[in-house]
Amino acid sequence: MHGYFGGYALVGLLGLVGVGFVAVGLGANRLLRPWRVTPEKLLTYESGVDPVGEDWSQSHVRYYVYAFLYVVFAVDAVFLFPWATVFALAGFGAISLGEMFVFLGFLAVGLVYAWKKGVLTWV
Amino acid sequence: MIALEVVAKLLGCLLVFLTVPLLVGQMEHKAMAHMQSRLGPMYAGGFHGWAQLVADGVKFAQKESVVPARADRRVFELAPAVALLPYLFVLITIPVGPGQTARDLSVGVFFALAVVSVGVIGVLMAGWSSANKYSLLGGMRAGAQLMAYELPLVLAAASAAMAAGTLSLDGIVHAWRWWWLPYQGIAAVVFFVAALAELRRPPFDMPVADSEIVFGPFTEYTGLRFALFLLAEYGGIVVFSALTAVLFLGGWKGPFFEAQLGWLWLLLKTMALSFVVIWLRVTYPRLRADQLQKLAWVGLVPLALAQIALTGVVRVTTS
Repeated sequence: MHGYFGGYALVGLLGLVGVGFVAVGLGANRLLRPWRVTPEKLLTYESGVDPVGEDWSQSHVRYYVYAFLYVVFAVDAVFLFPWATVFALAGFGAISLGEMFVFLGFLAVGLVYAWKKGVLTWV
Repeated sequence: MIALEVVAKLLGCLLVFLTVPLLVGQMEHKAMAHMQSRLGPMYAGGFHGWAQLVADGVKFAQKESVVPARADRRVFELAPAVALLPYLFVLITIPVGPGQTARDLSVGVFFALAVVSVGVIGVLMAGWSSANKYSLLGGMRAGAQLMAYELPLVLAAASAAMAAGTLSLDGIVHAWRWWWLPYQGIAAVVFFVAALAELRRPPFDMPVADSEIVFGPFTEYTGLRFALFLLAEYGGIVVFSALTAVLFLGGWKGPFFEAQLGWLWLLLKTMALSFVVIWLRVTYPRLRADQLQKLAWVGLVPLALAQIALTGVVRVTTS
């Protein structure tokens, strides 16, 4: 349980423990619970009236632009992490700081552009 | 010997995962009740209803599990586990004392953030598979909310990693000094607010807004599966409070006996932050969808970027 892969082996074992916990819980639940189905009980709940129409229908996904923004920014943000651990070490210093401002500048310009375009106002 | 150690660590993680969320749940019952001038549960267990959540658990375990006829059965049944287990994984990286971590991964912050955002997939699965309009709306809202708040969360955590110069959570606590409170203050607030939104806790509870869409993605759930979603919510509160404490409040650091009592200092900080989570629930009204997105993109993201610039300048000029 030491070394790089050893650490993740422990994570994997914890996953097994977690799955085991859920399985034992639901298994016990299966033994303890009653089972009396009626057609009414299996209806989709819609505040007391019978469901009308389908739930899988066309609708406007209003936040798709946010999804684009998120993808752009999140991909950038991931690269911050490896950089964050080394940027202040000897030999990096001022240059890496300048690079950081370039990076932040790109993000800020993107955000301001999206804002000016009216993307950040809910339609 | 090693096998024994591994078993102890795994059981320890599971035990913490099953007990501390109950403490937070009981605190919520009581704190909310007193803030609203009522008593809360008083009968179960005799003394101030301390066994209420145990009684709830026993009740949930005996309840019928109804899967709607129109639902996508397999996905519907799997969703609670997908929503719950990510929070268990995070516990393995949380340091409870100097060098005392179930497993101190060298990319701890990254691992924790990557794993917690899996939880929302469980919520999306629940929303989509229930074949219920309320559930679908709630699931979509949860997804939109995660996208808005994941970014400030990641940027704020990156600021703490930059200040410490390491991604290991134990390393970050080691590097922490009291003056991080003002120095990383913006990042701490951004991280905590974004965590509230990821947890779908009020004032960010649009995905489960009970007065609009019943209970959002969890509307069709009954019995133990519903209880697992609730456990995921409280487990999430514990995990995000603990992460905030570790990244920004010095984790196991305390006034004395850090090596022996580190777990106590961390627990105290975690419970204090959990109390704030409950306090905010009782205090603020729910944010609308557009207000929610605006707060994230126009408020938290620029603040987090400013904090990163500040941390960068301070680190390079002082080292």
